[in-house]
Amino acid sequence: MSAVQTRYAGGWKQLICKGLTATYIAACFCFIFAPVAVLVLFSFQDGRLPVPPFHGPTLHWYGQALANDRLLSAMGHSFVVGAGSAFLSVVLGFLAAYGLARYRFRGQALVRGILVLPMAVSYLIVGMGLLVMASWLNIAPSLWLVCISHIVINMPLAFAICSAQFNPAQVRMEMAAADLGASLPRVLLQITVPMMAPALIAAFILCFTLSWDEFLTAFLLSRFDITLPVAIWGLLRGGLNPQTNAIGSMVFFGAAALALGAEYLMFRKKSS
Amino acid sequence: MNKVATVSRRESLPGLLFVSPALLWLLAFFAAPLLAMIAVSLHDSATGQYGIGNFVQVFTEKAYTDALFNSLTLTAVVTLASLVLAYPLAYSIASLRSARIQRLALTFAVLPFWTSYVVRSYAWLLVLAPTGPLNAALMALGLIHTPLRLAYSTTATEIGFVHFFIMLDTLTIYASLVQINPRLALAARDLGASALRTFLSITLPLSVPGIAVGAFLTIVLCIGDYVTPQILGGMRAIVLPQTVMMQIQKHLDLPMASAMSLVLTVIMAVAYLALYRFLRPEEPGR
Repeated sequence: MSAVQTRYAGGWKQLICKGLTATYIAACFCFIFAPVAVLVLFSFQDGRLPVPPFHGPTLHWYGQALANDRLLSAMGHSFVVGAGSAFLSVVLGFLAAYGLARYRFRGQALVRGILVLPMAVSYLIVGMGLLVMASWLNIAPSLWLVCISHIVINMPLAFAICSAQFNPAQVRMEMAAADLGASLPRVLLQITVPMMAPALIAAFILCFTLSWDEFLTAFLLSRFDITLPVAIWGLLRGGLNPQTNAIGSMVFFGAAALALGAEYLMFRKKSS
Repeated sequence: MNKVATVSRRESLPGLLFVSPALLWLLAFFAAPLLAMIAVSLHDSATGQYGIGNFVQVFTEKAYTDALFNSLTLTAVVTLASLVLAYPLAYSIASLRSARIQRLALTFAVLPFWTSYVVRSYAWLLVLAPTGPLNAALMALGLIHTPLRLAYSTTATEIGFVHFFIMLDTLTIYASLVQINPRLALAARDLGASALRTFLSITLPLSVPGIAVGAFLTIVLCIGDYVTPQILGGMRAIVLPQTVMMQIQKHLDLPMASAMSLVLTVIMAVAYLALYRFLRPEEPGR
């Protein structure tokens, strides 16, 4: 076979390969985006059923969703639980990551292992455990318990993110500040936290979105005041309803924007 | 190791102080509840006595063994299908021309992650409904004449799960594919290996960590999930988390629910131990 033929054959093969790759990616994207596309499209449905045929765009269901007191108060609860649990998760995770990165002590591997353990257990177990303990201690279900469970779930993640972003170069700056007379809390607040800001913000956003979206422990551990996913769960009992599409679309766009923001922060940190 | 061993007790104090809030939190709200769950699971609510009766029931009563079986088969099908579908996607994305395009494709591939978890299953209900877009499209193409009954079935549950875990597996597999040194594959080709052979003996083995992490996360998240089977499954093949929730909501039987949750935890621990070898971060020099 001559060199030209080889190249010719290679060219064809390459073309087929590229075609297959593109086709496969396109097919997967269709599958991945199908539910989101249907959800968003039929949130604008001018009719009672969010299925074809599409009757034309209306913002009616968005208005309905935003006028639904139950959904709105649930959204408020989700926001408070999300922000509160994310804040505490990041603080606890950051402190633990700092302790493990800057000090040496016995049992470090064990501590590290324990701190990430909840990540390997399903939410059902975390929720069940707290439910059993609460009923044992005669504590009524409430948003406090939901918040506690979300910290158990998200703190390991915040810890892992902070741990990954600590590096030895930062130690020198901390030492310099300490040499110049800064106390430990001051070093932490004025040197370490600003240096770690992108990771901390990314961890916060991630914990917030996960808490915002968490259903199972919120369902188990709350009763009268509920979070948004539990309220949406309640809506589902009424069957298919464009109002659910509307609230779902709003949550999707909000969460996607936050997630892209968090990724941008982490990516920027890595490339700089 | 040496350095750690020679640390004095006084020096280890500050480090322990920093980790103690997080440790105490997990002790109080994760470890203690788990212990409480174990204690409660040993309590028989019918007779008021302590023993392993609840566990015996989980493994002997038909309703529970069925649920256990359904959970295991569902998880196995979902884990395999997700990996098989996600691998080519991750591979295709990793073979795109520039790093920027790859990153963009990856970001878009996981964007539906951010739909609310409850809403995602609901959205599949819409897609698969008898009058939904999928059936409408298939009928318009003349492939079927009566709508497929896809919604409210185990197939629907599987589709909903696979949709989620394709995204997850693509992330983990892509992450390990891009870490492989391209020179290894080039060297294999230079030495005369075919493209297939190169893939099978170089690329695939080196991407096993990504596969293992994806598989592990899929198993844990799938077997412990209540929402997807509850919304999409139509109460046909009930899985373990659904029976757990039924015990809590209908029968108010926390001991039984605890016992079943612990069985779930043991299954997850087994999955972890089986995949541990691959999950451990690679030590330098190994």
